[in-house]
Amino acid sequence: MAAADTTEAGAPVAPAATSRWRETLGIVAGNRLALFGMFVLGLLIVAALLGPRLAPYGYNEINITDRLQGPSATHVFGTDDLGRDVFSRVLLGARVSLLVGFVAVGISLTAGTLLGLIAGFYGGRLDDLIMRLMDVLFAFPAMLMAIAVLAILGPGTVNAMVAIGIVYTPIFARVTRASVLSVREEVHVRAARSIGAGDVRLLGLHILPNVLAPIIVQTSVSLAFAILSEAALSFLGLGTQPPNPSWGRMLSEGRGFIQQAWWIAVFPGLAIFLVVLSFNVLGDALRDALDPRQKSVIESRGMKA
Amino acid sequence: MGGYVARRLLQAIGVLVGVSVVVFAIIHLVPGDPVRLALGTRFDQGTYDALRERAGLNQPLLVQYFNWAGSALTGDLGVSFRSGRPVTGLILERLPATLSLAGGAIVVALAIAIPFGIISAIRQGSVLDYAATAFSQAGISIPDFWMGILFILFFALRLDVLPPSGYVSILESPWQWFTHLIMPAVTVGVVSGSIITRFVRSSMLEALGEDFTRTARSKGLRERLVVRRHVLRNALIPVITITGLQLAYLLSGLIVVEQVFAWPGLGLLALDAVQARDFPVLQGAVLLFALFFLLVNLLVDLLYAFLDPRIRY
Repeated sequence: MAAADTTEAGAPVAPAATSRWRETLGIVAGNRLALFGMFVLGLLIVAALLGPRLAPYGYNEINITDRLQGPSATHVFGTDDLGRDVFSRVLLGARVSLLVGFVAVGISLTAGTLLGLIAGFYGGRLDDLIMRLMDVLFAFPAMLMAIAVLAILGPGTVNAMVAIGIVYTPIFARVTRASVLSVREEVHVRAARSIGAGDVRLLGLHILPNVLAPIIVQTSVSLAFAILSEAALSFLGLGTQPPNPSWGRMLSEGRGFIQQAWWIAVFPGLAIFLVVLSFNVLGDALRDALDPRQKSVIESRGMKA
Repeated sequence: MGGYVARRLLQAIGVLVGVSVVVFAIIHLVPGDPVRLALGTRFDQGTYDALRERAGLNQPLLVQYFNWAGSALTGDLGVSFRSGRPVTGLILERLPATLSLAGGAIVVALAIAIPFGIISAIRQGSVLDYAATAFSQAGISIPDFWMGILFILFFALRLDVLPPSGYVSILESPWQWFTHLIMPAVTVGVVSGSIITRFVRSSMLEALGEDFTRTARSKGLRERLVVRRHVLRNALIPVITITGLQLAYLLSGLIVVEQVFAWPGLGLLALDAVQARDFPVLQGAVLLFALFFLLVNLLVDLLYAFLDPRIRY
């Protein structure tokens, strides 16, 4: 989309931009780990979209006589303490994970990028105000901040999305602002300004397309963190509420039966691990392709959700 | 340097004021009456009035903020809605457990990260490098609560070599303290160590490509000495930053792991406060976490400027 916009605008960056995105796709596709990541994410999306049709049992189909059965042909991942099929629940849990990940990161991406663009472009007092506000939000460790937000809003899936969205907004604002500062004074931006382009046009057509690379990388890594955060919050009982299947919640429920029935806690954990790993690997591949000089976002942030 | 210290200090104070406003706001952003919520079914008018009075909730908002912030500065964080005990005391009780866990975890993290990071940088592209990279990628992605549960399953329940959960004070029994600390510290340490490993590696690679390294090599220094005297010393400076940031995170973000191992630290205190709707305790814990975070960040920045004379502000 961004590439097409720049081409239509006929901005000086346009010819390079189209081939650059294609080149990026080529590099990412040539990376075996990234392919693995895309494969797992493909599975995740299929599970999220077609879960109810693919699942052999309902997510809340209780069958007490079959409780705590180990993995077998009828129940691939075994059954939980209420006799519910763990495989079906893991499959349907993909929907919650993916939804929370995308909505939460959607919130931080929109708010953070917008704030970063404004702060970097206008500078001065507005920049100071926005960035000090981001500093304050950044001073709270991510998980604690999410928990405090949920203490106010109350537990639940939607509130977890909002909480995670707020937590990851400052990092998007910082990443965007830093890139805007380096692009703002470039010749093509000055040229566009001198022929009378307004602020919105400058920001949308000349600056945003040129600062997208680090934002895309940040998005992929943030998806990993957001999914991990949702799982942790649900594990603590603050996210998705029972009986809805959420991987974090299933893990905490399976914990009490770990000695008799390890499969209840092990499979949802494995699902979280694989999905988070995939987003991280993909984020790394995108970074190598789009922005080789940028240090890993994890490294620059220095912490994990 | 002096100017930089002053500026950085002022900035930190500014952020702290902002943080205090946010923490103060927690109790007022809760929909409904926080005291009524906290009391729930145990409601009685006398306790209700006393708690509201003690928390200063009957005064104008601005007065409330200054009273609250003023008391916080003197170390008075109010009283718990649940137990009626001073919040500061509750926090101090939990501090040794959290410090033990954070200290243990950082030791584990560095024990993993420094050797792995150095080896994978020196032998870039080797099998060892791939193994270290894969390990750190996995460590960053693994849910720590899942890892903790797996540890409990194997080492406590199956093999029965370590206690499954709980905390024993070092003053009570140093050995018990140590055995209880192992699993939670490794759980947290693996995650932090994975993050630091990547940082050590990239920082080493950068230093290996610098002019001073080429000069050291070209004057005939043995590779071992080049690495130890020139590369390592320069590469470890940024590692301090990341370790500091990890420490700040550890001191404040251990909520989930503390819950898994029933570790009575600050994270668990905050979590219990959320569940009990004990807002003064939550506010106190959040304020302290943020303060830790700011302080460590400040110290790391100052240390960085001090250690690397090339940095001029």
